[in-house]
Amino acid sequence: MSNILILGATSAIAKHTTRLFAADEHHLYLVARNEDKLKSMQQDMRVRGATDAHYESLNLADESLHEDLIKRATEKMGSIDTVLIAYGTLGNQKQCEESYANTLKELQLNSLSVISLLTILANQFEEQKSGTIAVISSPSGDRGRQSNYIYGTAKGALTIFMQGLRNRLAKSKVHVLTIKPGFVDTPMTKEFKKSLLWVSPEVISKGIYTAIRKKREVVYLPFFWRYIMFIIKSVPEKIFKHLSL
Amino acid sequence: MKNYQSWGRFPRIDNDKQDVYHVYPDSFSFPDFESDAENPPSFLAYAQGRSYGDVCQNQDGILLDTQHLDHFIQYDRENGILRCEAGVTFENILQLIVPHGWFLPVTPGTKYISVGGAIANDVHGKNHHKAGTFGKYVLQFELLRSNGERLICSPDENTDYFNATIGGLGLTGLINWVEFSLKKIPGHKIEQETIRFNNLKEFYTLSDESDKDWEYTVAWIDCLASGDELGRGLFMRGNHCAATSKSRKKYKSKTSRLSVPFDAPGFLLNKYTVTAFNQLYFKRPVKQIQQVDFDPFFYPLDSISNWNRLYGRKGFMQYQCVIPKEHREAAMQEMLTVIAESGQASFLSVLKEFGDIKSPGLLSFPRAGITLALDFPNRGKKTLTLLESLDVITLKYSGAVYPAKDARMSPATFEKYYPNWKEFEAFIDPHFSSGFKQRVKPSPDNSPNT
Repeated sequence: MSNILILGATSAIAKHTTRLFAADEHHLYLVARNEDKLKSMQQDMRVRGATDAHYESLNLADESLHEDLIKRATEKMGSIDTVLIAYGTLGNQKQCEESYANTLKELQLNSLSVISLLTILANQFEEQKSGTIAVISSPSGDRGRQSNYIYGTAKGALTIFMQGLRNRLAKSKVHVLTIKPGFVDTPMTKEFKKSLLWVSPEVISKGIYTAIRKKREVVYLPFFWRYIMFIIKSVPEKIFKHLSL
Repeated sequence: MKNYQSWGRFPRIDNDKQDVYHVYPDSFSFPDFESDAENPPSFLAYAQGRSYGDVCQNQDGILLDTQHLDHFIQYDRENGILRCEAGVTFENILQLIVPHGWFLPVTPGTKYISVGGAIANDVHGKNHHKAGTFGKYVLQFELLRSNGERLICSPDENTDYFNATIGGLGLTGLINWVEFSLKKIPGHKIEQETIRFNNLKEFYTLSDESDKDWEYTVAWIDCLASGDELGRGLFMRGNHCAATSKSRKKYKSKTSRLSVPFDAPGFLLNKYTVTAFNQLYFKRPVKQIQQVDFDPFFYPLDSISNWNRLYGRKGFMQYQCVIPKEHREAAMQEMLTVIAESGQASFLSVLKEFGDIKSPGLLSFPRAGITLALDFPNRGKKTLTLLESLDVITLKYSGAVYPAKDARMSPATFEKYYPNWKEFEAFIDPHFSSGFKQRVKPSPDNSPNT
């Protein structure tokens, strides 16, 4: 049994991943904004086998709350062995183009607030010399495209930050996992027209669960996104800038 | 991604004319109907879309997608009582409970249904003769009415709503959560026996003698056989059992490995292919007694996802009727003769004897007697005419047809099959409706004649 902290627990991907943890009888600490959803999730996790499940309703975008949050979670469970950071917004690219304030808001939530949490967690994990830090980033961070480069900027920064962190924490035996899910059919993407490339959050959650257990470094989910992104990354900029992606 | 069709994909829904709301736990509320009194919308819950016809459709109205009502709430492992939200599927439940020695008290032939749907259609299974319907095991549920009222319904509380909602086709409101009792099992295996029978008479003998000692009974029949072989088929019976040491292994839920990725051409299932299939299936070597996992025993078709696509783009219709026991010989003889003569092919034909355990459901389908279920590819008028001639026989012998499988019965026949409708009507939520309801009981102001 290990102690797992899930930030952004009510997101579709996090919820299904947490269910897999619960079935393995782990101890859970769930954090998200919506209290109703957290409450039903807590009951659900207990039924599914979690040794125990606590929850806390909190706005993770507010960085001033982070330090106390990590302290409370650590005290409640005794330690934090694994953390999964799974919150974020897709944002509105057009609105960001019109105003820096909107862009800042997106970067703040998807990138800076996560970096704030990771700074606190990294120090704690470095000291305990064990554990897993898993963060949901995105293939959008692999290359800037006109359709969503603000989101891409935030996730790209996160990916680089995680890369550095992995390098730093390797000697402390801390596992740092970057997760890059492709198109996932969740409430966050309900406005999109779906094609064959779309998968359910359950599929992604199984991939995350396996990646944590097998101590992978960077995973694309499903796996084929690694190849799609390889191709996208290899197009010369001279050509790429004319594509409508 | 979700298409919101029914399982039979007939009648086909125009998704542009059917709005969808997603329901989340505890936070759903209906709109203010007063402000839009001119043309108030109608609602209907939709979960897995496994009903064959239009009981799960609401053209020109709004579907309440319950896929996010998928949380367990409480599980009493000692006494076998489970409370969960209405969108939780039988598959989710089995994964949770089977390792602890529990099982669903009643299950239909697919595990891809929601608990809410199980109540709305008061589903039955191969153990009806011993256990009755799913509704018998429901301890309580919460019903959300469109006026915002939340009713806890149980055999002792809001009993009238309890009885109306079980088998109530989703028309009494939105079921939020359900509590029901589980059944203790010695292990996840089934001891199964398969016996070939050459005609209906042999079926009755087998069925009558199996009722007492076998918990699960069902028969597949070759509905294209005629004359002396009318009603020939394979009789399957089973009981739960513990795994013998040789086969002892932990239960692992089976998920579909095969799938039908696109619509098969409509002509694939015709008289000749089905005759050939039925011949081979009937003659296949049957191992008399064997120990099998419960998945292939209860859910043989679940191993192929989207098997409904085998019937092609036009979809298919199912006909399931029940005939009182005293008329079983005459009615089945007539029905199977009509079907064999029509040449309209059905390779999924199932015969089973229901018991006399009464369900609390006002509008419940199962009643003591014999039930016959058949699939027909949709060939338009030809198929509709055949099903109408089957209705004539069902009516003649005071039987009934199952709404969950139906897409075409007439208002007049419905009224005769379900005389309790008048009593039921008082419990329908004024802002709930379905394709089925509009077809068999159009409200006076919507009817085309006024």
